[in-house]
Amino acid sequence: MFDSFMINTWIAATIVAITAGVLGFFVVLRRSAFAAHALPLATFPGAAAAQLAGVQPLWGLLVFVAGAVFLLRQLQKLGRKDVATGLVLVTLMAVGSLLLSMTNAYGPAVFSLLFGEVLGVSSADLLPVILISVAVMLGAMFVYRPLLLQSAFPELAISRGVRAGTIDLLFLCLLGLVTAMALPVVGALLVFSLLVAPAATAQVLSAHPARALALSVALSIGLIWSAIALSFLTNWPVGFFVGSIGALLFSSTRIFRYFRNRLKHERDRKAQHA
Amino acid sequence: MLTWLARILHSSFLHSGPVQTALLVGSGTAVVCAVIGVFTILRGHAFAGHALGDVSSAGGSASFFLGINPLAGFLGIAAMAAMGLEFLGVRRVREQDVATGIVLGAGLGLSALFLYFDLTTTSTTGAAVMVMFGSMFAMPPSLQWPALIVAVLTVSMVTVLYRPLLLSVVDVELASSRGVSNRWVGTLHLLALAAAVALAALSVGSVLASALLIGPAGAALRVSHRPSRAIFGAVVIGLAAIWGGVWMAYESYYWFSGNAWPVSFFVVAIIFAAYLLSMPCRYALQRMAAGEAGRQ
Amino acid sequence: MDLQGTLQAESHSDSQPLLAVEDLTVRIGNRVLLGGVNFTVKPGEFCGLIGENGAGKTTLLRTLVGLQPAPRGRVLVEGQPPNKARCLVGYVPQKINFAPDLPLRVCDLVELGCDGHRLGPRLFSRRLRGQVDAAIHAVGAEKFARQRVGELSGGQQQRAVIAHAMARRPRLLLLDEPLANLDFRSANELARLLGHLARVHCTAVLVTAHDMNPLLSLLDRIVYLAEGRVACGTVDEVIQTDSLSRLYGYPVEVIRQSGRVLVLPTANPSKIPEDRCYVTPGDEQTDGDPAC
Repeated sequence: MFDSFMINTWIAATIVAITAGVLGFFVVLRRSAFAAHALPLATFPGAAAAQLAGVQPLWGLLVFVAGAVFLLRQLQKLGRKDVATGLVLVTLMAVGSLLLSMTNAYGPAVFSLLFGEVLGVSSADLLPVILISVAVMLGAMFVYRPLLLQSAFPELAISRGVRAGTIDLLFLCLLGLVTAMALPVVGALLVFSLLVAPAATAQVLSAHPARALALSVALSIGLIWSAIALSFLTNWPVGFFVGSIGALLFSSTRIFRYFRNRLKHERDRKAQHA
Repeated sequence: MLTWLARILHSSFLHSGPVQTALLVGSGTAVVCAVIGVFTILRGHAFAGHALGDVSSAGGSASFFLGINPLAGFLGIAAMAAMGLEFLGVRRVREQDVATGIVLGAGLGLSALFLYFDLTTTSTTGAAVMVMFGSMFAMPPSLQWPALIVAVLTVSMVTVLYRPLLLSVVDVELASSRGVSNRWVGTLHLLALAAAVALAALSVGSVLASALLIGPAGAALRVSHRPSRAIFGAVVIGLAAIWGGVWMAYESYYWFSGNAWPVSFFVVAIIFAAYLLSMPCRYALQRMAAGEAGRQ
Repeated sequence: MDLQGTLQAESHSDSQPLLAVEDLTVRIGNRVLLGGVNFTVKPGEFCGLIGENGAGKTTLLRTLVGLQPAPRGRVLVEGQPPNKARCLVGYVPQKINFAPDLPLRVCDLVELGCDGHRLGPRLFSRRLRGQVDAAIHAVGAEKFARQRVGELSGGQQQRAVIAHAMARRPRLLLLDEPLANLDFRSANELARLLGHLARVHCTAVLVTAHDMNPLLSLLDRIVYLAEGRVACGTVDEVIQTDSLSRLYGYPVEVIRQSGRVLVLPTANPSKIPEDRCYVTPGDEQTDGDPAC
């Protein structure tokens, strides 16, 4: 699986994983599960349009990302109106399916955009991925401290003069860029798992913010590498491995936390009796 | 007028086999989804409905390579997931929650696997499209009767449970104090929801199923808060979406010289349009009511 | 000595108060919550902002931090408006609720207290360590400094947030109802900690509370808020039946019992007038109280 034609795949996947690990850390911190779930669905038509136009999905996604971020902010302001949000997202998916139906390879295109496609990354495609990744990492590093404070305790951040609206917008833009990068690799339906599972695991394992961030990146790389390796060996789709390994990671944190709490209770009880 | 009607009834549109199947199954689905959708929204389980749709895709894709009826596949998985939801507590399923998303991801990953098996083991091409985005014109006629039976059963169940369901929407505690067993009502509601989702997934695909479930009901509820009126409105919108969607997809073959557009797209588009229209509709109704009150 | 006289004498002794609130008016919808509030806080003072629930204490505090706009009046911290004086003010909100999974330890939270609003990567983190340790030491949080904030008890979380607020050595520390949910012992401990911060670290501390008793023996000044106005001075000056009755506008009784204080409205409910705080357009402003 390390033949020359796979090298680009590994490189692209690693870059995507690093960026997703960084952003995913903040997604879990800010409890933005909704944004991480909805952005891939909202940008899906972009990938479909790109397929129709015969270019790589990334370009279509980038074109759509700004609109998707804007739409998401409006939807978030609607707040509890989940009917409206759900409908808008589903309609966008329907538009995407329409665009794909007009291509020559409806079935395979649907499959690869929904569940991911790792092959077919040319060297020319690597450059935009690298550039976007660098931009996202720089952006994240730039707002690391205010973002961390605002995610942990919004009121304190506001009292320090951190502008919540600006930080929010910047975060959504970064998330949009990561979505655009990750969607072609793991598919629209599984971007969420890639973003969230490693980060949620890391946050349970480590209390130190910087270390948890590093761990999130490491786990994300591990997840993608194992998914690609297993996919290569079994020929099964990458999306399946991302979804299942992600779920395993996440449930392991739940189990870990359960036992850790039990141990703590036992220790506290013994200390009380002593 | 009559000649126009006659022309429609004799048109090739209504005589086409796939169209008839599509209309039959679709209409049953629309009715079921309208009824259940209203209660689902009122009970605040809108996102649970969406999640069930995504998860049921695993059942649909499995059904292809297991060789069973796709309705059975969708229904089986949806029912299991519904029981799981009941066990965990439906209220914990939220859009905001990480755990929900992870479970969905796992389910969708499983879907991907089964679709891959479909590709390699059977000769069904385009299983992904059929499961995810539906293909109403490709439905085998053998599905008609099972689908209709499921639809009728579900609607009858909801009719029987209508009052308890209504009461439990208003206030969960009030309902249990009047001797209505909440557990039963909740379980049966979720099972009915699973059936509605399965039918919707069969019609427009699991990714778009929630549009059929939530869309007409949501639009109707914006115009009228009374459940009975909302259900009526939702049925009308749902049927209009199905019939309109099927017709437009059929005609699109001629509009676009051989490249027909998918049925599910038209259905969802009509539902979305109806939802958008419900807002000025409500505004107009409010102004009319205010005008009458002013005149009195 | 009458209220106004005492306080005017005091204000002449210091050149510039740390916090000056002038003619502050805040309306919520149709209702005047604060009608022309005036008071000052001097450096190093331990000041209590006392009032019943709903009197407007939290709103007043939020205005001081800059979280709430004030349509009329001025708030000056060392002569500057709140949004320009953020480095001088530390704020501890009332609701402290950390998610249990948050990957943030107390020392990390305090570090963010030093520079959490700055953009860019953190350079020279060693320089911060001294500040962080000092703040943690000041609140006595050394024992749990390396624990997750989400796993701490309520009182411990509060100390962590106080340390966060103290990280930049603010001149003014504002706390919103810190004693509200604490038991007697914890409330006493916290009150003593705050008094210690005021004395030893020369930080003016302004605390809101609806029950002033845990703070009675420690307060230098009290600002009593009722009916949209304040009376300020020492505890003995303000917590008197006649001065509070004047403030409320109807008879209230102050009962002292072995060092504790209870403020009760008159037993005759007919003497309590209707709520005068609602304003219809075109109404006159309520009178401001004397400067104190």
